Amino acid sequence: MAVLNDPILAYRLRWKRRRLLFRALRKRPQLRSVINRTDQIAKGDILAAVTVRNEMVRLPYFLEHHRRLGVAHFLFVDNNSNDGTPEFLARQPDVSLWGTPHSYKLSRFGMDWLTALLARHGHGHWCLTLDADEIFIYPHHDTRPLPALTDWLEREGRDSFGALMLDMYPKGRLSEHAYHPGDDPFSALCWFDGGNYMIQRKPDLQNLWIQGGVRARCFFGDEPRRAPTMGKIPLVRWNRRFAYVSSTHSLLPRRLNHVYAEDGGEMASGILMHSKFLNVIVDKSAEEKRRREHFANSDLYDTYYDSLIEDPDLWCGASTKYISWRQLEAMGLMSKGNWI
Amino acid sequence: MLVHTAFDRAEQVARHWAAAGCPLVIHADKSVPKATYDAFVKSLSNLPDVRFSKRHRCEWGTWGLVAATQSASQLMLDQFPDVRHVYLASGSCLPLRPVQELIDYLAERPQTDFIESATTADVPWTIGGLDQERFTLRFPFSWRKHRYLFDRYVALQRAVGYKRRIPNGIVPHMGSQWWCLTRQTLSAILSDPERETYDRYFKTVWIPDESYFQTLARQYSRQIESRSLTLSKFDYQGKPHIFYDDHLQLLRRSDCFVARKIWPFANRLYDAFLTDKAGAMKQTEPNPGKIDRIFAKAVERRTRGRPGLLMQSRFPVEGRENGLTCAQYSVFEGFSDLFENFETWLAKATGTRVHGHLFAPGRAEFSERQTVMNGALSDSASLRDYNPRAFLTSLIWNTRGERQCFQMGPRDHVKKIEWYIAKDPNAQISVITGAWAVPLFKSNANFSDIRQEAARLQQTESKHLEVLRSPWTKARVRIWTMAEFIEAPMEPLQTIIDEIGQQNLRGLSEVPRMSDLSGFGQFLQNLKNQGMHPYLMGDFPVAHDPHEPQQNKPKPYLVQ
Repeated sequence: MAVLNDPILAYRLRWKRRRLLFRALRKRPQLRSVINRTDQIAKGDILAAVTVRNEMVRLPYFLEHHRRLGVAHFLFVDNNSNDGTPEFLARQPDVSLWGTPHSYKLSRFGMDWLTALLARHGHGHWCLTLDADEIFIYPHHDTRPLPALTDWLEREGRDSFGALMLDMYPKGRLSEHAYHPGDDPFSALCWFDGGNYMIQRKPDLQNLWIQGGVRARCFFGDEPRRAPTMGKIPLVRWNRRFAYVSSTHSLLPRRLNHVYAEDGGEMASGILMHSKFLNVIVDKSAEEKRRREHFANSDLYDTYYDSLIEDPDLWCGASTKYISWRQLEAMGLMSKGNWI
Repeated sequence: MLVHTAFDRAEQVARHWAAAGCPLVIHADKSVPKATYDAFVKSLSNLPDVRFSKRHRCEWGTWGLVAATQSASQLMLDQFPDVRHVYLASGSCLPLRPVQELIDYLAERPQTDFIESATTADVPWTIGGLDQERFTLRFPFSWRKHRYLFDRYVALQRAVGYKRRIPNGIVPHMGSQWWCLTRQTLSAILSDPERETYDRYFKTVWIPDESYFQTLARQYSRQIESRSLTLSKFDYQGKPHIFYDDHLQLLRRSDCFVARKIWPFANRLYDAFLTDKAGAMKQTEPNPGKIDRIFAKAVERRTRGRPGLLMQSRFPVEGRENGLTCAQYSVFEGFSDLFENFETWLAKATGTRVHGHLFAPGRAEFSERQTVMNGALSDSASLRDYNPRAFLTSLIWNTRGERQCFQMGPRDHVKKIEWYIAKDPNAQISVITGAWAVPLFKSNANFSDIRQEAARLQQTESKHLEVLRSPWTKARVRIWTMAEFIEAPMEPLQTIIDEIGQQNLRGLSEVPRMSDLSGFGQFLQNLKNQGMHPYLMGDFPVAHDPHEPQQNKPKPYLVQ
């Protein structure tokens, strides 16, 4: 019978994927188009899909960085911002914007909305699915634009590219470091945890479940199981039949989760530099604690928010200072694989 | 020049060749749409010495590429009688040195054919297990499009023992597709009376573009230089590496004439090399060796990875780790129970990083009581126990370059990690069995509690010893009973420390201080009297033996 287990699981997952796609389709009417410039999307363009809520502070740098990498068009879903985010985004020439007042949590943390948009606009394109506080980098990103990476991935026969989320934090209390929109957030948030990641392979979806980093160290020391998942698969050559399962940590069909080598070799991979710990986090945590929109069982995360509201110092003597992607590569946080 | 994509770059390079006075024959893949092809032809129409040859469908690893090369070569030889050397290039090839230097180089070697050509038996180039068989089986199905049929048909031929006859006893050679042949050799190949036979044979050889000319050139050439003038690197799957802007200096240093493949959008490379003045590179022999090393490393990185690294894109299944950890480390069991100052002594004697009990129930006892170690590894017991394997591999990885030593014992949380350490060839495990009884002996607890605890620790340790003695254990394990060890403690210590092998050439000048064990024999006897038989420490006499050396004094110990 064991022989049959995998085909049975594969079949169940196929239905799960269909359910997710159907669910996204059902949620599609929740999105109201604010500005639609998708007719600008040309064949072979690289797209980025993002759900945002009050991200005015981070968006200028986010857009600048990913434009520089070679993202040709951004698909944004604005979830009820009141800080001018939608107006700002609508002014950008390469952004298509949708708005929705509905629940982020009930939309599987925005994934339903983005799945619907990607199915419609992302089919056949390389798509980056990000949060506004994630800055995507990869080996050679300073000299080779994204199309170089995606061309190479295609030649390798790969449809997806993994990235480890790296929580960046400042030295000293979070609120001490002023930040002006448009600046490089990582001039202050230049520290990270370099070698405390814990990996398990998920037997069902076959993705790697990576935990660790500064949040596991500082907030989840007693309950490591609840520590946030740090492995993501943000870059995918999208097909309208694909669906993200939980955030961008795993996808269906399962083969897209194989962004790691099991034979001892290393595959190329990237990093999502996480600008979560900008000074605004302190106030925002109080609000998020009230809204209960970010975790499936939000009650369990109250202490986490409380710790953040207290404006902690996350830095420790063993923190590593960020220098360049080559450093991250040498430390083994990401890999060039055979892309040299 | 074989072209199938990136026509703007192809045009740019064609103009570059033409500007140096080289006549050019271009072959465009038949699958290129007519409009694109026509535009391309038109764009080059103002160059006098450019011809376009009959188009063939060129799929990777098929005869089409050879047919294309044949037609183009024929056209070249027919139309340009002055041509002495024919250089086969592709649209994504980029001349690195001024074309005039190549012309001069070839002029100095008028009889030489530059074609990489080796027999399959002599080189390990082939990927996918088909070496000699690529010449003795038939391959009518496309490897890319019909992989299943391809594999099945190979399996079938193997099963029935089918073997083709190689015509006229030629010896198949193979090598890089990109060659530079003299008119004499090339025309001899093309006008060979047996060409029909050869063509028919090579049509169903696998990847004929890497063997047709390579084999036949051996028949006619007067002087073969078995190397390609085109710098072309292959990855572990046999696909060519692509060069990008940041390879500029690397390519310059290679002193090669032509490189492929260049990423079509590598503007800096095209700008730099197509405008280089003569002499921008040293006028020396091509020297791809420098590049070779870097690319060989990349292949190794992709196929073998960095040993002892677990990360988002390297997570080997059991058995494929190629090293569970990245460096050697030492595990000491019982030593810190038996010696009072073992950790400080060991650190001093070996200059290594010595931790306490890393897997202690309360916290990971890092050296110098640190709460976080390199890589921000936390001392939290729950984080550690959540994934002890990650904890240990991270610790060893994060401290690369500094040897780690740590204590272990039956009081620790060893269950989840003991197998992992035992299977790790990098681990050096030294055990004094039964030494866990010393702290009990010194403790002030009620004897019934001591008895219970002793029973528990003895059971844990004996299970642990089973692991260490199992046939799957790959670590270097040394086990002494406590009685055995205190008989002559310096010898084992010296051995262990020599094996760690760091800066300790003078022998041990200082010995660790052993706990005072007078009365220990009686203590063990008391346990026995209570029905708990402590056997792991070996045979201790009940009464303190007056002839036993005094352990609490440093023993003079001379080495050399």
